[in-house]
Amino acid sequence: MSRYSFARLAIHALTKHKHWGEAIRRAAPKAGYDVLIIGGGGHGLATAYYLAKKHGIHNVAVLEKGWLGGGNTSRNTQVSRSNYFWPESAAFFEHSLKLYETMSRDLNFNVMLSQRGILTLAHSHHEIETLRRWANAIQVNGIDSELMTPADICRLVPLLRMDGRYPVCGGFIQRRGGTTRHDAVAWAYARAASALDVDLVQQCEVTGLRITGGRIHGVETSRGPIAAHRVMLAVAGHTSVLGRLAGLQLPINSMALQAMVSEPIKPCLDTVVLSPVVHMYVSQSDRGEIVLGGGADPYTSYAQRGGVPVLQDTVSALTEMFPAFSRLRIMRQWAGIVDITPDTTPIMGKTPIDGLYISGGWGTGGYKAIPAGGDTMAYTVTHDDPHPLIKRFGLDRFATGALIDEGAASGVAH
Amino acid sequence: MLRIPCPYCGVRDEDEFRWGGQSHIARPGLDASETDWADYLFNRENPKGIHYERWLHAFGCGRWFNLARDTVSHEILAVYRMGESKPSLGGAGI
Repeated sequence: MSRYSFARLAIHALTKHKHWGEAIRRAAPKAGYDVLIIGGGGHGLATAYYLAKKHGIHNVAVLEKGWLGGGNTSRNTQVSRSNYFWPESAAFFEHSLKLYETMSRDLNFNVMLSQRGILTLAHSHHEIETLRRWANAIQVNGIDSELMTPADICRLVPLLRMDGRYPVCGGFIQRRGGTTRHDAVAWAYARAASALDVDLVQQCEVTGLRITGGRIHGVETSRGPIAAHRVMLAVAGHTSVLGRLAGLQLPINSMALQAMVSEPIKPCLDTVVLSPVVHMYVSQSDRGEIVLGGGADPYTSYAQRGGVPVLQDTVSALTEMFPAFSRLRIMRQWAGIVDITPDTTPIMGKTPIDGLYISGGWGTGGYKAIPAGGDTMAYTVTHDDPHPLIKRFGLDRFATGALIDEGAASGVAH
Repeated sequence: MLRIPCPYCGVRDEDEFRWGGQSHIARPGLDASETDWADYLFNRENPKGIHYERWLHAFGCGRWFNLARDTVSHEILAVYRMGESKPSLGGAGI
């Protein structure tokens, strides 16, 4: 793999960029591996990278039924933040945000991190009370958060309507929160993992799991059987479907979460704005599009498209709060299928089947967790023991009752 | 937009309804183990295919009923009242 640098860019400019070569090695599946990762999204690719980089396990394959980063990794709204309420979630997501902060350097790939701040709004005095508690909890967790008066907010986001249908009474901001280019994150991990001899196998759908005596021995795929004694599921959205192949029934409902972008306009919004009550969050991409999302569609679905009622709610909340955006046209709208867990905390770690590991239940917040998810799952697969940061995220918590009811997971009321 | 046929009121837009999750879950006895209790409370079939689920006509008659719905096409395959058993629709989900 050739290292990206300014010098290399200059050299390739002399030959009109015709000789860059492929960044990611295309692999055909071998008969067996030390570790198989099912799912070539952010989490699967990151886990493969950290397995090779930190734990020296290079005989790894990532199996992807479509193309790399083609699922939720490229369907989210690119936000990273660690403003969580409970200490367990805060520690995990702060680790993730820190890895995002150094990712471009670590992976030699510009993921276009922009720590533009994420502003959470309150529209009534009662909401301010709740936000104060949330903001204080974040500070107690050792993470930056700052309360904002309406005057502060007005200065920061001049386009926001302060006295409309949803009056802005205050809010709080995590200034280190922000956005990254989501495709770049997938490509960065894929390129780095590929350079460490990980096989990235695309168009390879897993159709069965080989399990005997409570232990996994490999998988059946559309491209033939592959043997491995350690297999990880990183297929959020479809975790229940793959879980069923292992005879597991999981505490997950799959739902469609939609997002949309407007036509591109000049820079006018340089922070991420989120309103928990009206279920809407908005930012502006580097290309100038206004990116917005809302709540998940309120019933189970495996159709990767959103319903009209939620789309309408999201757009009407946006135009109510940002009247200037009412003249924009929506350019694209799409949905990803997300795993919703009862406590909106992910499910990570071991399963009742020896050698089968799970990284799922990511709900509406899997993107921001990619680096920490990969790092901690690589440790978990290597040591057959959950990483200290994810000990409380195990599947066993639903029987013991030790749920982590993370209302801040999606940053919205639920 | 789903158009849901309420067995009491007729076809209405999905906005009038609330989804109530998987139907036909039997409550275990008080002596149930922790795992059985977790199954009852949390673990769900979540099929990619036909789902038997409860809906509430919240902004209508206020009554609960069951639907069989395909979770990929969203096609509604059967509507039946609470207490009635699952209709046989051939293929189970995948």
